[in-house]
Amino acid sequence: MKFIDEYRDAAAAKQLARQIARLATRPWNLMEVCGGQTHAILKFGLDELLPPQLSLIHGPGCPVCVTPVEIIDKALEIAARPEVIFTSFGDMLRVPGSRQDLLSVKARGGDVRIVYSPLDALKLAVQNPGKEVVFFGVGFETTAPATAMAVFQAARQGVKNFSILVSHVLVPPAIEAVLSSADNRVHGFLAAGHVCAVMGCEEYHPLAAKYRVPIVVTGFEPVDILQGILMCVTQLAEGRAEVENQYSRAVRREGNPAAQKLIREVFRVVSRKWRGLGEIPNSGLGLRESYAAYDAEHKFGVAGLVVEESSECRSGEVLQGKLKPYDCPAFGTRCTPEHPLGATMVSSEGACAAYYRYRRAPVPPAS
Amino acid sequence: MLMAHGGGGRLMHQLLNQLFLPAFQNPLLARQHDASVFEVAGQRLAMTTDSYVVRPRVFPGGDLGSLAVHGTVNDLAMAGARPLHLSAGFIIEEGLPMAALWETVNSMKQAAEAAGVQIITGDTKVVDKGKGDGLFINTTGIGIIEHSLEIGPRSVQTGDVVLVSGDLGRHGMAVMAVREGLSFESAIESDSAPVAAPVLDLLRAGIPVHCLRDLTRGGLTSVLNEIAEASGLTLAVEESLIPVREDVRAACEILGLDPLQVACEGRFAAFLPPSHAEPALKILRRHPVSANACRIGAVTGRNPPRVLLRSLVGAQRILDMPAGEQLPRIC
Repeated sequence: MKFIDEYRDAAAAKQLARQIARLATRPWNLMEVCGGQTHAILKFGLDELLPPQLSLIHGPGCPVCVTPVEIIDKALEIAARPEVIFTSFGDMLRVPGSRQDLLSVKARGGDVRIVYSPLDALKLAVQNPGKEVVFFGVGFETTAPATAMAVFQAARQGVKNFSILVSHVLVPPAIEAVLSSADNRVHGFLAAGHVCAVMGCEEYHPLAAKYRVPIVVTGFEPVDILQGILMCVTQLAEGRAEVENQYSRAVRREGNPAAQKLIREVFRVVSRKWRGLGEIPNSGLGLRESYAAYDAEHKFGVAGLVVEESSECRSGEVLQGKLKPYDCPAFGTRCTPEHPLGATMVSSEGACAAYYRYRRAPVPPAS
Repeated sequence: MLMAHGGGGRLMHQLLNQLFLPAFQNPLLARQHDASVFEVAGQRLAMTTDSYVVRPRVFPGGDLGSLAVHGTVNDLAMAGARPLHLSAGFIIEEGLPMAALWETVNSMKQAAEAAGVQIITGDTKVVDKGKGDGLFINTTGIGIIEHSLEIGPRSVQTGDVVLVSGDLGRHGMAVMAVREGLSFESAIESDSAPVAAPVLDLLRAGIPVHCLRDLTRGGLTSVLNEIAEASGLTLAVEESLIPVREDVRAACEILGLDPLQVACEGRFAAFLPPSHAEPALKILRRHPVSANACRIGAVTGRNPPRVLLRSLVGAQRILDMPAGEQLPRIC
């Protein structure tokens, strides 16, 4: 596959791994922010190619994982209503709320449908004027423009039976939460390439300067990730702390201004609760007053719902890189993809799911 | 019940192991092969059954009718049997256009002729509108076994090579593209086809086949894990050797799906001794349905029962049984 195979090339990967090993002279911890990168690392076994003094810590960049149980419960309550068609990206369907998940609501007769785009949900609303169509707006800056476009179009077309359960979150505040934590042990970051394709690289400069950490905007294929690691390690070896762009084939410095404009038109920055991390100031998006009619929380009267998270799931520590999934006592025993305690075990980008799927039993070294 | 209980993954295996197998327990069922092999008056026969509920009824490269024949014929072939006869049960929802039923039945007729089987008995039930999804078909098949091999997971041995009969994932992606209204540059056609002919050729040539499995629900991943578990052996496969067509890979990439977990309806895996790998591949490649047969790995040893995959960049990881249905991802 053109533009993919080049970035999965074994010879290029091994060459990068050798260069990394030469430069990694001290024990350094790098955090890949995005769950998509975590999965690529485990799926291709990239961590096995790295020298032992270099550790990869898996970051909070899995939108499914950080969605608080409270929002899931709100989704479940809305989805169970007979007048509602509840639409969502596929990943969210298996994420446990405090008692059940969306697949169980579907099994009990709720009309829960997977869509590939929020605009498909809007189309459903137009086709089903007698129904209330709700879209579960989950994701980082990557998916926010598409949600914004659906709301913007709904308003322009005067579609009234459409609303969004908003749970969009932002990457830079999460990085700052990790860096400002008292026991932070991250020396450098691989920033999420797709987020930066939308938002650009500018907002990372103040973080790199304030906390003296290299931040390398990185792609998702094996060669991308290894090159991102090499750039990060090079900075550490040279004592630099800058923002660099490994993923230049997709990310421009200024990002995608049209998408940013749409986000600003529809959303404002709000404080949000993160699963396992608690409330982070100015870390998410909420609908602006002018689009309040599309806010599903108000439309269905669930805004006041408060739910406490299970204390058994330690995904908060996993999401901050303080606990490896297999060090959690529940991993693989009381917590499996079929019976998850937390979202990190079911999301396609969750760290626990990645370890369960690719690394459950110790793997013998490749011969 | 959840949809995942029918998805071919771990939940479905729990359902089989905890409910159906204990309820109906007997030695033939306990073998858990695609078709059950039994003896009548000194002749070994194979029997299997399958129900077909695919939506949409017509998809690029096939339809419900041809699928209902191919699926059952292929399950017989996986026991090394020559398919002889099928039954056909139709559950029809009130309001189904007669033309749709006619098209489906006609397609079954053609598929049965091509596969060399006859549909010799059947049943029809009509259910109230809203109580069915247009048309469901069940077919049961009987085949005759004309060799003395024990073909099944328990015959798999350390050292066996793992072959696949062609590229993976086309059926699942063809159906998903139509179902979800996704359009790609060119339509992906289902691989739905009868595979008994190449299998019977292998057996006629005296290839000592140890195990055969068609790569339906849960795809290659599910099948390899089932065989590893049933045989108690470790399987190792090479990602770079597993054939997946460019358009299928691209579609999976876009949707965030793993092509190794996507269903096929005209592909199988074969386990046989390494010394017979080349002759077997030569025979398989003579048939259009298995023209791209190739070797993807081997059975590497005792315990623990699991599947290892060497990734494209050379590192090794587990190829785990899928949990349930694959869900398209966010970003």
